[in-house]
Amino acid sequence: MTTSNEVFVPDLDYPEDHPLHGRLNLNRFIFCPGCLIGTAITSITTCLVERGLTPKDYAIVSGIGCTGRSSGCFKAPAFHATHGRAIPFATGLKLANPDLEVFVLSGDGDLFAIGGNHFIHACRRNVEINVICNNNGIYGMTGGQCAPTTSIGDFTSTSPYGNIEPPFNLVSLAAAAGASFVARWPGYDTLRLRESIFKAMDNPGFSFIEVLAPCFTQYGRKNKRGDAVKMLEWLREMVVIDKNCPPHEAEYSHENQRIVCGEFVNNPREGFSEKIKKLRETAQSRKK
Amino acid sequence: MPSTSKSSSKSKLILTTGNYASAEGAIAVGCRFFAGYPITPSSEIAHYMSRRLPQVGGSFIQMEDELASIVAVVGASYAGVKAMTATSGPGLSLMAETVGLGFMLEAPMVIVTVMRGGPSTGQPTKASQSDVMQTRYLSHGDYEMIVLAPATVQECYDFSIKAFNLAEKYRTPVIVATDGIVGQMMEPVSYHSNFEVITRKGPQVPPDKYQPFEVLDDDLVPGMATAGSEYNFYVTGLTHDNTGSPDMTPEREIELVKRLCDKIRRARPDINDWEEKYLEDAETVILSYGINSRGNPEAVAQARKKGHKVGYVRLKTIWPFPDELMERFGKLGVKKVLVTEMNYGQIIREVERFRHLGFSVSGLLVPTTIPFSPAFIYEGLMKEVNR
Repeated sequence: MTTSNEVFVPDLDYPEDHPLHGRLNLNRFIFCPGCLIGTAITSITTCLVERGLTPKDYAIVSGIGCTGRSSGCFKAPAFHATHGRAIPFATGLKLANPDLEVFVLSGDGDLFAIGGNHFIHACRRNVEINVICNNNGIYGMTGGQCAPTTSIGDFTSTSPYGNIEPPFNLVSLAAAAGASFVARWPGYDTLRLRESIFKAMDNPGFSFIEVLAPCFTQYGRKNKRGDAVKMLEWLREMVVIDKNCPPHEAEYSHENQRIVCGEFVNNPREGFSEKIKKLRETAQSRKK
Repeated sequence: MPSTSKSSSKSKLILTTGNYASAEGAIAVGCRFFAGYPITPSSEIAHYMSRRLPQVGGSFIQMEDELASIVAVVGASYAGVKAMTATSGPGLSLMAETVGLGFMLEAPMVIVTVMRGGPSTGQPTKASQSDVMQTRYLSHGDYEMIVLAPATVQECYDFSIKAFNLAEKYRTPVIVATDGIVGQMMEPVSYHSNFEVITRKGPQVPPDKYQPFEVLDDDLVPGMATAGSEYNFYVTGLTHDNTGSPDMTPEREIELVKRLCDKIRRARPDINDWEEKYLEDAETVILSYGINSRGNPEAVAQARKKGHKVGYVRLKTIWPFPDELMERFGKLGVKKVLVTEMNYGQIIREVERFRHLGFSVSGLLVPTTIPFSPAFIYEGLMKEVNR
């Protein structure tokens, strides 16, 4: 429907010689300037392109929230599921079509508060999906509320006197629940992030990558961390890369000014849809 | 239009339960994905699926809860596979939000709910009809739900098939509402293959022209692309335009909600079905559905033997409510309608909306777990006849 006061929106895309040309819907980038959700989106897409995959080979699922809106940015089968349910949605997709490379890109509130139960069970099942969590430690879209990843003492819309709940350490949680690939990187370190995304795609099971993506709009403002650039500097000062750190020691602490990044688990084992395939053979051989 | 194929007929009777028949019906019509979570009295559907689906090349997964089960079903549906789940009242409550996503994404999917006593944990091992309003208004927002109500084990099989066909044809969630008795009792059933198989309409234009919610036919159903094809598409639970992009204008909300509702409302003649007897001369008519209708033939036969002009109607589809049946009551000059339900009054309110057509409405409404006996129905019927 065209109305006279309709705003003209150009069809934004990369130049034709750019590797990501035609792969992203830039019109649906609704993120604050300086937010690292964009780098997560382009990192995933770059890896898919470099592997020679076209949209018929993959699918993207997100939940609700800022990062929840990321699925709309992909020119591919992309699904914006209910709040917290991106992982079971992706599980259904993967089992129904095991040839798909399935990515979940969602936020910490979505994946670890309302969707926390699905996360640990997907780790345990080792279903072959790649879960990228854009962790900003706060609910951005809904107005800066406290998340299960908010550090103790931090100020949010629902912790005006400072947060009193200890946060999840996502790396330790994923490893303890049985994820077969676990990594954590700051969102600005796209080279290392991409390397891990490739490894996640190679892993024949459940892969989890935590991407640190500070929210200056909500978190920064409430905790006086400054603008986007200042927050990235703040993050960079805390990040410590440790290649041999066991996952349960991968510290994430604002108080100690220390966030250990790296790849903590790379322990491939048979994936869930592969097991279902074998189960079918068993069932069919026993069929009367 | 949806593609259809007709299978050849073969028929042998076997003795089995409603839950098994529900599952086998689904497999017969092409269901190849089941995600569920244990809950009495529906669990046998999951048991059966865990054994049968791998045999036919499908996938069974026991999820961590009902929230996950229903979402996995939407995901599988969008991978192009016919998918279902089964549960009972408390589990259906947990599925509510994502059934709404199913409407918004127009994902074909089937949910069997085996009704038990409520509210809350209620009577897990018993039957009930107290969730018929739950099936209608399960999720938030405006939408039209399709709900089928089997009364026999044979209908569990047949209605599973019908449910998938309707889900695929109209790209919508469909609920089959059985109950603890129909689900768990055994009756002879024919696993016939004498039925039509409807498969969803695919994209009708090339990938570069495709918009996931563009309607090109009179049935208001857009062609559905699935993951793994050449088609790129984005679907969201947000109000969206034809391209799938979120659109927060009031105009779009009106347009989308109207289409989602109208595609079902307009199709009522295709969807709605009921069984009726003696309506031509009946002054008093019993209206019921599901297991609680099984005593009607005997009660009505008794009353007619004594010369009373009575009849009965059994709804096979509860939702969308069959307004045209009410109009038929009016045209035929029915004087009194007696609604019998194993709840404290749910469908009766729908019937009451049609009093202006000239009939009175009363109810035999007991929130019991035991279906009404013919004697109990007869007694209630005679009270109504003599009122």
